[in-house]
Formats: sequence, C-alpha cells, structure tokens
Amino acid sequence: MSTHDITLTVNGTDHDLTVASRTLLVDALREELGYTGTHVGCETTRCGACTVLVDGRALKSCNVLAVQADGRAVETIEGVANGELHPVQEAFQTEHGLQCGYCTPGMVVTARALLDSNPDPSREEIREAIEGNLCRCTGYHNIVDAVESAAATLREDSA
Amino acid sequence: MSESTAEERAASEVFGSRVARREDIPLLTGTGEYTDDVRLAGELHLAIRRSDHAHARLVNVDTSAAEAHEGVVAVFTGDDVAETGIPNSIPTAWSLPGLVTPQYRILAVDKVRHLGDGIAAVVAESREAAHDAAALVEVEYDPLDAVVDPVAAVSGDYPPVHDEAEDNVAFDFTLGDDALVDEAFASASHTVSVDLRQQRVIPNAMEPRAALADYDPHTEDLRIWMTSQNPHLHRMLLAGTSLGLPENKIQVIAPEVGGGFGSKIYHYPDEAVTAWCSMQLGSPVRWQATRSEGYLTDCHGRDHTTTAEMALDAEGTVLGMRVETYAGLGAHLSQFATATPSYLYATILSGQYAIPAIHCRVVGAFTNTTPVDAYRGAGRAEGNYVVERLMDVAAAELGVDAADLRRRNLVPADAFPYETCVAVVYDSGDYERAMDHALDLVGYDDLRERQAELRDEGRYLGIGVANFVESAGLSPSKAAGQLGAVAGGWESSIVRFDMSGTVTVLAGTADQGQGHRTTYAQIVARELGVPLDSVEVVEGDTDQIPQGMGTYGSRSAPVGGGSIALAARDVREKARTLAAHKLEASEDDLEFENGTFSVTGAPDRSIHIQEVAHEAYLGFDLPEGMDPGLEATQFYDPENFTFPFGTHVCVVEVDAETGEVAVERYVAVDDCGEVINPMIVEGQVHGGVAQGIGVALYEEGAYDDDGRLRTRRMDEYAVPAATMLPDFETDATVTPSPHNPLGVKGVGESATIGATPATVAAVCDALAPFGVTHLDMPLTPEKLWTAMREGEVS
Repeated sequence: MSTHDITLTVNGTDHDLTVASRTLLVDALREELGYTGTHVGCETTRCGACTVLVDGRALKSCNVLAVQADGRAVETIEGVANGELHPVQEAFQTEHGLQCGYCTPGMVVTARALLDSNPDPSREEIREAIEGNLCRCTGYHNIVDAVESAAATLREDSA
Repeated sequence: MSESTAEERAASEVFGSRVARREDIPLLTGTGEYTDDVRLAGELHLAIRRSDHAHARLVNVDTSAAEAHEGVVAVFTGDDVAETGIPNSIPTAWSLPGLVTPQYRILAVDKVRHLGDGIAAVVAESREAAHDAAALVEVEYDPLDAVVDPVAAVSGDYPPVHDEAEDNVAFDFTLGDDALVDEAFASASHTVSVDLRQQRVIPNAMEPRAALADYDPHTEDLRIWMTSQNPHLHRMLLAGTSLGLPENKIQVIAPEVGGGFGSKIYHYPDEAVTAWCSMQLGSPVRWQATRSEGYLTDCHGRDHTTTAEMALDAEGTVLGMRVETYAGLGAHLSQFATATPSYLYATILSGQYAIPAIHCRVVGAFTNTTPVDAYRGAGRAEGNYVVERLMDVAAAELGVDAADLRRRNLVPADAFPYETCVAVVYDSGDYERAMDHALDLVGYDDLRERQAELRDEGRYLGIGVANFVESAGLSPSKAAGQLGAVAGGWESSIVRFDMSGTVTVLAGTADQGQGHRTTYAQIVARELGVPLDSVEVVEGDTDQIPQGMGTYGSRSAPVGGGSIALAARDVREKARTLAAHKLEASEDDLEFENGTFSVTGAPDRSIHIQEVAHEAYLGFDLPEGMDPGLEATQFYDPENFTFPFGTHVCVVEVDAETGEVAVERYVAVDDCGEVINPMIVEGQVHGGVAQGIGVALYEEGAYDDDGRLRTRRMDEYAVPAATMLPDFETDATVTPSPHNPLGVKGVGESATIGATPATVAAVCDALAPFGVTHLDMPLTPEKLWTAMREGEVS
C-alpha cells in the first residue's frame, strides 16, 4: 500500500506525518495526532460529528482523504477555545444546546463557519446550516437558540 | 408533600433552578473522553465477521485466508469460543410463564438467525487490517427461509428460528379480565376497532457502541471500557452469564457515553467477544462498531402489530378495551425483550383514563431480524399509542371532538392513588389541569375555527391531542422479582464528606447526556446546605462505585435521586449528633439552615456542616460510641413506580399536492413532579418530542421479505435533521409524587410517549376530509398522497 508524507497544520501547529493513500482525514486527526474531539458518527457523511474547518470551510473529515488536506490549515474543536470559551461554545452551554455532547464538536464548528459568513442568520437559516449535523438528544431547538444568541454576542463584540 | 417541598425550595435556591451544566466544558472543548478516545499501549483491534444471510445453517467457516492477512494476530470462530467452556450465554433478564429461552451464544455455532449475527472474531494490529481480514473469512451457508413479520412468524408457514420454539412463539402473555371485557362489549352502545402497526425503529445514538477490554493474565483482572447505560449490570452479566469470571475481578468503566435511548442498556455479544479475545491473547483489544454495523446489531425498538377494540356507552364513556398484539422479538431474546411488550406495555393500556375492563394478549414472536428491545418510552410508548389511537378513532366515529372525548374519561384529580384494571396504581396526578393548560397554550378553540376556514380553501390543517401517562423507575424489587425479573429496581448511592468539607457522591446510575452531575449536585447542595461547587458526582466506574443499576426507564431522578437524598439525610443526621456534641446542646434544640447547625434561640452558638465534617475525620472528640468519618450508603427501593404524565398538542399542515407534513406548532405540557433543574427537564422534553415525531413521520427500520435490512446506513434511515422539526413550546404542571423522597417522577421518556400519538393524530385529523381515521407510521408523503388520492373530500 502506498504511503505519502504530508503536513497538516492543525490549530496552528504543523504536523509532519506519513499516511496511507486511503487514510481519512478524521483518522489522521484522531489516530495519528490524538485530536479525539472530532468524532465519527456514521462514516457516510450524513451525521456531521466529524466536521472540521479546512482553510476556514466546514468539511466532514470522514469524507476527505488525509492527503487532500496536505498543506492546509485544519481547525478542530480543540482549537476553537482560545484560553477561554468561544462565544459559540459559551452560548451552547447557556442555552443547553447539548446533552450527550457527541455531535457537539461538529455542531460548534459548523455554527462557527455559519457565523463567519452570515453574522445575523434567521432561525430558518440556522436550521438549514446545521441540517448536515445530526443531533439525537436535543431536538435542535436549543441549538438554534444557542447559535442565535452567539450571533448576537459576536455582533456586539465586533461593533 | 407540596407544602414542605415549597419550604425546602425557599431554603436553598439551588434545587429547582436553571443551573448551568457542569458536564458541558469538556464536551464543548473536545476533551471529553468517550470509549473510542481511550488509548492503551499495545492494543489490538477487533472486527467481527457478520452473517450475510438472515437465516442459514453454517456449513463451513474457513478462516485461513483471514489468518494469513498481514497484521492479523488471530481469528476465532463460535466453535473456538465454545471450546473454552465459558457459560457463553447472553441472557434475557425477565422471565414470563412458558417462556422459551434458547441459548444466545456470543458467536454463532450452528446457524445464523439474522443478518449481522456474529460468526468470527478477527483480531489484528490495526483497525484496517482487522476489517480487511474479516472480509476474507470464507463462510459456506445453507440458506433457510427467513421471516421478518411477527404475525407471519407464528403462522406455521416458516421454519423455526430456534428448534426449541417450533411455532416461533417465545411467549403468550395475557393480562386483564376477559369475561369482564366481554360484558363491557355486550352492553356497549358503540364499539370501535383499529388495526395498528408500530414499526421497527432504530435508536441511532450518535456515538456507535464500542468496547476496549484489557485482561491481565497474571492477576486475572478484566478491565473494560464500554458504551454502557448500566456498568454494574454489565459487570454482573459478563461475570455470571457470558464469560464466567468472578464479578469482583471485573471493572466496567462507562466514560462519556454519547447517547443511549435504551440501546446501550443491554449485554450484547460484541463486548463479551471483545473481552474474550483479550483473555485469549493477553493484550488489550478494542472494538468500535461502524454505523452500518450498528444498524444490524443495536437492538431495534417497537415492532408491534395490534388489533385494538374499544367499547363505549351512549355518552362516550369508555366501558372496556380488548387488545391483541404480535410483538416481534427478533432472532434472539435480548435483555428486556420479554418485559417490554408484556409488563411495561399491557399495564399502561389504561392511559389517563378510568377504564373498568381491559384485556390484553401479547404473542412474542421470534423472527429473523435484529433483536428488539426497549427504545425510549419502551412499552409505555406502545401502550399509550394504542389507547390514544382508539380515542381518536372513537371520537371520529361518534362525531365527538377528540379533546372532549378524552376529557369525559380522565381519571379525576381526587381519585389518586388510582388503581387501574391492568394492575398498577398511579401515584398522583391532575390530568385535567395539564390538559387544560396545553389546550389553552395552543389556543385549541381558535385553531378548530381556523381549521374549518382553511378547509374551505382546500388547505388541510390537523390538530392532534395526546394524553399520556408513563410508569417510571421500575420498582419495587420484590414485586419485580415475583413477576419474573432477574434484578431488582433499587438504586444505591454513597454521599461522602471528606476532611476539608467537600462532598463526593458515588452514584449507581450512569449518564448518557442527562446531566446527572449537575442535578445530583443540586440535590446534595439542598440536603446538606453546602455550596454547589463543593459537590462532586462520580458515575460510571464499578471500581469507584460499589453497586448500582444504571440509567434507563426514567429511573435516575426518582430512584437514583431518591437514594442520594436519603444518603445525604443520613449524613446530615450523623452531623447533627456531632454538632450537638460540639455545641454542648441537645440534638432536639438544633436548627439546620443553609448548612449551619445552630442552637434555637442562640444563633451565635453554631457550627457549619463542613466544620462538623472536619471534626468527624479528626476523630479527636466524638460523642460516645460514634465512629469517625461522615458518609452514608443508601440502597433505596421505591414502594412503587412514579407516573409522570402530560398532554401534548401537535398542529400540522399537510400539503394536498405532495403529501408533505409541516409541523406548525408543537405544545408540550409535562408533569414530572418536582423539578430539580427546569433547563434540563426542558432539554429532555425537546429531545423526547424530536424522537416521538421521528417515529410518527420519518423513521422505520425496514426489511425486505428475505430478511435483508433496507435501512443499513444513516443516509437510508431518517434520523430527523434540524429542518425537519419545529420550535417547541413547553410548559409544566407540578404534581409531586407522594412516595418519593424528592417528590420527583422522572422525565426521560415522557415526551417520546406523548409526541408519537399527538403527531399521528394531527396528521389523521388533517386528512379527515378524505375519510381517513387512521394511517400507520411512518406518515411519509407518499402514504399521505395515496390516502388523499384514494379518499374523497367530504
């Protein structure tokens, strides 16, 4: 089986590693580099638990080969909090937007990407943005509340 | 009860408040550790080769190619397991009269009985090598006819799933007085009947099941991390029934668990195989289910085919019900597979209504499908669905408003405790108050007017009202034992001060997202008057917590919380004795408020309970006969179930062109007794409603006639997404449980039980102009479109 030497920049840190052609980005992150906050829920790109940002764009890392991420900047849930909780994370706690927490890293990362591109989304737009991230615990209502509330905080912070 | 509770609530603002969850930070930052995140040195990876047939004899299993694959350490078959002489049995935990219990082995030996039955265990140095090699195990099958439908299974037209049950009947259960029901039907002015199918659903916890086993051949200790809702039960079953190890040599750890909804209660073959492989090889072995593996092996829920009849008098008073159900059990008897469709189902068929006569027969059928077991709402969901559908069909046939017919039959508020004719005693309730509140919130009368207006425009609004009652916290142990349970319904907790005055709770329940570490700390903070931050809660590790029964059946708050409250009260009483000694006062003269013992009338003579704890551990100056230390263990065995209840109202509009359902409003009024943390209760209701709507509109674990599961991936099974669900409107009434130390009832399953009949009622109500009184779930656009095309607008 052929292998490849690649560099992944994860949360600002460069990692040189050798991966098999078929190694998925999620497995490189979890198994090779120990970023276990990114979860595997379905391996068919449906659930979104493995969502990470690649060059700022939310992607499902079970659907990306590690070699495809060579040289790119990957942000995982471990990189979202910068000393203190990101406003999105804070809002998820305040609004009780998580229960078992398994989908939460993917959900937070997706919400972050949404608010980068649309700082004032409607509830409808929030629901559409997280449609690719399944949660089996919350029924989404509080997640939508959390994203709405985080959006307001971020708008205030940037005003 | 309610008065003293109100006083206690005033004494501490912590209990009953929206305290933010302390479990959130690790989950939000990615440091929370789930089973598949745990890493051990030298671990090996297990993949399980599973059956490609629903029903076949195993002619030959050739492992040579798999063994030769690079990185493979060992390949084991069912014969290899059997040769080690272990008990090799996955048990059912509830016996019924006449129950047939074939041996459920941890790997198949003679036959495979459902798609996904385990045939061989492949252990390799990497997960990829294990999966690659598993595909190389060559299995020669002699296929047999398969049966998936529970009615067909017992028809005599199919070969037996197990030789022990030639007719495929595992049990034939009845409850209620047949003769009394016959009399009710003979004297009725109206009788109605409905055929119901409650389809198979698949739990789909976001975290797939996993196990990591580490057996030390020198000490003979087995440590296993696993996705468990009840680590102590898993410890007991691994010890006694599958592996045959001493129970005190096993440590089961359930770290963060990513949702369960019932699916992680049961002892599955997989974690037993994982542990057995570790025992054979002397190395840690890791097994992580893929999602598609989960669809084949996680226990499915529901699978009932029912004929239900109701007899009513001229005023719409229900006189009796007759229910016959064929319950699919799948290919093997899972842990609660027998209890769910019998005692948890038939005993709740009275719903919120005063019904004098009910008779229920349940035939439990073996089929060539994944085992069926309890899924959120288990048994209670299926039972309430039957009585609620009958109410709607009866209302339609009698030309009475569906809410009115329900109101006429409610158990009145002054009738509690209320003994139903199906062998349970409802502890407390005020059903009409919750129902009125829900109908007010949704604006029921206005909605009916709007419905009529829209119908004139060719738009189809539907309003569904569902009342429900749940039996929560299976208990008491003695009664459960007499009815066939192999384990009791108690819970055990330890509340322990340490020398510096902080408190640790060791709880026998096990969290999968319910927020126990927060709510339990709220209980202890109130009982002991200590700051919330002084309380730590430990769960999910059998070496830290001596005993426990786990988390399922809405038992954590009423039973687990009850044991914690009682343990805390024991601690408080010992502290009172020591405080009296230190203050040189009589115990009877001591007041206790906000953690401080003070002498009545002399408030400056006081000592805080955290100082008392310090003294208790110093041990220098204790009352005569008192042992040092300040902790208590409680085994709390409730005197009865608790019975949460509520009314849910669903409002939908069905698109006449496409058959699509839009849920416009969803109002839920729940009564779970006293509320420890309203934020967490609301979250449980939201999630429960989502799953209940999912069952009604979207979800189905579907098989073809050959026993092939057609929904084997997450993109084939409709777990509701954010765009498929509405915002929820929730509220509560509070009717405390009279027999519980906290007055709590539990809330984990209630909303799922209410949401399914409310949603189905709304859709059927929308299609009333097309002559529809009932349609089976899931209510897909295609099904509704067809019903509208076949019906005539009246």
